[in-house]
Amino acid sequence: MLKAIGAAETRPRMRGLSENGYFYLFLAPWIIGFVTFQLVPILTSLGLTFTQWEIISRPSFIGLDNWRRIFQDPLFWQSLKVTTIYTVGSVPLGLVASLLLALLLNTNVRGMAFYRTVCYLPSVTSGVAVSLLWVWIFTPEFGLLNYVLGLVGIHGPRWLFDPNWVLPAFVVMSLWGVGGGMLIYLSGLQSVPTILYEAAEIDGANRWQRLLNVTVPMLTPVIFFNLIMSVIGSFQIFTSSFIMTGGGPGYSSLFYVLYLYRSAFQFFRMGYAAGLAWVLLIIIAALTFILFKSSGWVYYEGSTSGGR
Amino acid sequence: MAASNASAIARRSKQTAQVKRVVGTAFAHLVLTVVSIGFALPFVWMISSSLKTQAQVFIFPPRWIPRPMLWSNYAELLGVWQFGVYIRNSLTIAVPSLIGAVLSCSLAAYAFARLRGYGRNVLFAMVLVTMMLPYPVTMIPLFLLFKQLGWVNTYLPMIVPSFFAFGGFYIFLLRQFFLGISPELSDAAKIDGCGQFGIYWRIIMPLAKPALATVALFDFMGNWNDLLGPLIYINSMSKYTLALGLAGLRAVRSSMTPWHLLMAGSIVVALPPMILFFTAQKLFIQGIVVTGIKG
Repeated sequence: MLKAIGAAETRPRMRGLSENGYFYLFLAPWIIGFVTFQLVPILTSLGLTFTQWEIISRPSFIGLDNWRRIFQDPLFWQSLKVTTIYTVGSVPLGLVASLLLALLLNTNVRGMAFYRTVCYLPSVTSGVAVSLLWVWIFTPEFGLLNYVLGLVGIHGPRWLFDPNWVLPAFVVMSLWGVGGGMLIYLSGLQSVPTILYEAAEIDGANRWQRLLNVTVPMLTPVIFFNLIMSVIGSFQIFTSSFIMTGGGPGYSSLFYVLYLYRSAFQFFRMGYAAGLAWVLLIIIAALTFILFKSSGWVYYEGSTSGGR
Repeated sequence: MAASNASAIARRSKQTAQVKRVVGTAFAHLVLTVVSIGFALPFVWMISSSLKTQAQVFIFPPRWIPRPMLWSNYAELLGVWQFGVYIRNSLTIAVPSLIGAVLSCSLAAYAFARLRGYGRNVLFAMVLVTMMLPYPVTMIPLFLLFKQLGWVNTYLPMIVPSFFAFGGFYIFLLRQFFLGISPELSDAAKIDGCGQFGIYWRIIMPLAKPALATVALFDFMGNWNDLLGPLIYINSMSKYTLALGLAGLRAVRSSMTPWHLLMAGSIVVALPPMILFFTAQKLFIQGIVVTGIKG
């Protein structure tokens, strides 16, 4: 950046810079950051996957050993399984729940601002505080959830202590945070031109038909955005699994990034962890690619597709 | 006769329409109330638990309104458990980072929205790619880099990248917003002799307040709630952030989990982002809605 500014100041006045020059001047912080904090680290990370390195020693080249070990590592497969099950359970449910919530919060009744705020508020908080809150809510004997279930005559499971219920518990918790997706849907809903609804009404479409034939198609770009972002997000869950279960009971909630974190910063197997990170990158890239390839259902208005 | 009959029918159908509407509104309120209670109940439970004694926490069925209310839990947290220090530490990260993110990302967004340069589309595609990049891929090399620089056990690894537009989503969001600002305004400013920096700083930035507030809020929440960064880089307890301190409090071994303190701690962590959200709410909603995040 200094260099760029220096170059600019050698000219008679800043005004003398061409538009192209200004483009790169404004972009200089990003370019420097992109190279230093993204591009070089990613490539370094790839290089590290071919080494054995415990931080203290020097990295030694071991070829494809890390990659071979990863695919023979039962914990790698376990963490991949856990993360996949969670993704399959939480993403579709979250997409539908946040869309329904947005539709509900898009109606025109008094006090809507209040309802919207209450539903969005959980998304403002996240991380450790929310994780702890839910550990307490899931506590089998004294927790809120089993108390409420008890009121309607259901004897609740042992949630985080039961290998079969621990992932459903994470899914339940994720539903509390659908406000973030809801807000994005809400903004999408408000940009649907009212003329389309009027036209549908003239054609005699009832409320349900308008929802299915106007609202949902117009929202597909937003649904797609939320889908991609939540799949990517759910593959990178760390804090909740670290705080709530530490991967337990057994390895039944060993999320991928938790295992990666442990490999790197508890077992100090840097090369191996870098390999895990690259496998994650490949998985996410592949999923994103597949989602984009199968996005024929997404409807883009003539020219609003913007820069893409 | 016929006329009065017709008017009666009209009146009745008008009445049924009205009844229908009232019932509809009542039903909407009912559903909304139930949903809101569902979202709010965990918060109420958190507050209620935070004001109890350790013994009261384990009374079943739970008592929603604790007697007496132990506000001293908070005093204990801020004093004995050093949460006062942790708050300051978290702010030391979150505030500079927020300033850096807003400045550097808005510069990049201005370039993408308003300036033509070689390879603009390719570079913007890179921004979108970084949005989808999983952070663990850069986590290990960055740790090694910052270790080399002697930045371990400082806040620099959490602050410095923010000044280099680290956050593709922010650039994307700001660019969308900038695109919506009428170009005639900057043309007029150009005629008045404003340079590119003048247009950016005096025209675009003031108009983009909602989007800037949104970025600021997201960045603050991200850093405030971040566990992984401090977990990797911070070793000494006096430098713990709130998130790390709260996680540490959970790890304290005792015969019974101190849920009253943990809930009080969770509220201390959750409150500042909420306050910020409420103060910036109007701008924030505007920022999201106007941007109309679309693919």
